[in-house]
Amino acid sequence: MFPFEYERPTQQDKVIDSLSRSHRTKILAGGTNLVDLMKNGVEQPERLVDINRLDLTGIVQLGDGRVRLGALAHNSDTANHPLIREHYPLLSQAILSGASPQLRNMATNGGNLLQRTRCYYFTDPGFPQCNKRLPGSGCGALEGFNRIHAILGSSRQCVATHPSDMCVALAALDASVRVQNSKGIRTIEFSKFHRLPGDTPSVDTNLEPDELILSIDLPPSPFASHSHYLNIRDRASYAFALVSVAAALEMDGEKIQSARIALGGVAHKPWRATEVENELVGRRAARSAFESAARLAVRDARPLNHNMFKVELVPHAIVRALSLAGGVA
Amino acid sequence: MNDQRLEFNRRDCVKTAGPITGAAVISVPPLIDARDAPPSRVSMNILINGKPCSFTVDPRMTLLDLLRERIGLTGTKKGCDHGQCGACTVLVNGRRINSCLSLALTNDGETITTIEGLAVGDQLHPLQTAFIECDGLQCGYCTPGQICSAAGLLREAAQERTELTDDEIREQMSGNICRCGAYPGIVEAIHKVYRQSRGSDDSAAGRG
Repeated sequence: MFPFEYERPTQQDKVIDSLSRSHRTKILAGGTNLVDLMKNGVEQPERLVDINRLDLTGIVQLGDGRVRLGALAHNSDTANHPLIREHYPLLSQAILSGASPQLRNMATNGGNLLQRTRCYYFTDPGFPQCNKRLPGSGCGALEGFNRIHAILGSSRQCVATHPSDMCVALAALDASVRVQNSKGIRTIEFSKFHRLPGDTPSVDTNLEPDELILSIDLPPSPFASHSHYLNIRDRASYAFALVSVAAALEMDGEKIQSARIALGGVAHKPWRATEVENELVGRRAARSAFESAARLAVRDARPLNHNMFKVELVPHAIVRALSLAGGVA
Repeated sequence: MNDQRLEFNRRDCVKTAGPITGAAVISVPPLIDARDAPPSRVSMNILINGKPCSFTVDPRMTLLDLLRERIGLTGTKKGCDHGQCGACTVLVNGRRINSCLSLALTNDGETITTIEGLAVGDQLHPLQTAFIECDGLQCGYCTPGQICSAAGLLREAAQERTELTDDEIREQMSGNICRCGAYPGIVEAIHKVYRQSRGSDDSAAGRG
């Protein structure tokens, strides 16, 4: 591990100061991803700002009915919080389907959003090519082993996927991210937080270098009674999603009033399948309706040599998740 | 990454700790500014298995390396060193974590319990007894991590009032890999202690 300076401020302003001083400053929260990448030399910060003394661990209901998840609340505490279990079971389910109990006890909500891809060509510096790790070096996965890689929204520069399960549920639930910078506080819609790789795959998110995540805010949800997170992995537990689906339905009797579908394991960011959602509105919750809508999710898919199975798997997974969400399985 | 030799053994740790025994959590300056100190050494205080200890560490040192290399508590094992195997599992304030992915300094002021801290004198922790009785191990390398993880799980189950079926135990122990494949015995051992803890008010599962 490369040497770094370590500081542990107790005030948010100090964190912003440190971030502003050097672009090679990294924030340390749970450390489950960052420390791992620092061991490999993928991340080489010159300064580490440990934010674990900041007061950002709360999970509270706001006056307007929204629920605010503190950036430093642990994933396990978030998943098991009574407010989340009752109003956002989709989020509880997604969090608990990712990582291991030990990692969920360490990992924070803010850190979950900033996880880096698990593309092997990125996480192993032994590979010379990775535009995300070494901009301009090429993409090792494009012509290499690309079974776990993206089928939607990728570019010739990068075919990596975002690894989070939690973020897939947050995308479906229309969350927003509250961040602080030197000028004040701003809010980023969840759909605009992560970005597609384009020509700059080294940039994962639209968070500015001097910005600190304060919280993730959830709007009141009409989906609590009809939602399901389906995670399809190479083993039954403790593996990254090959494909995952966050499905949520707002029902009016047997009719679908509104739908939310977000996909994991298919793109550089949590992927909202808005065409599927629109197709479902007004339809009766039945398998046939789910099947015709689900196909729309992969209409623009561009699979690689080893991940063509995802083009088949995604619609099936959507149908399964919708069936479980709608109670028609 | 560990450039220090064993300059701190367990006896030194206890000796140093003498004058400050009784202070469960030791207050530290809120801001450790690396510019004010030699760049690669930062001081920290920690309560390990009930004993307060003070160290000066390289910020790169993980909690796992602190336990093993500086304190000599080698019960906690280094398996993958990347959070994938669970052999390094310890309890921080009663919660199970992977000590290989936790920088030592992040744990400043915290209470750590390792496998060495579970027994009370000669009396084994109920999980240790159950692992022996149920053949929950073969080579034993993963066992300290399995037992610490199981202690964390039983505490979580008590707090969340979760019903622990065998399937649920398997799912909740997914972060601990056993290459010998002693899983049936591990699940049986945990289930046994879970039943015991539910059967009495004096919760064995709460220990650790």
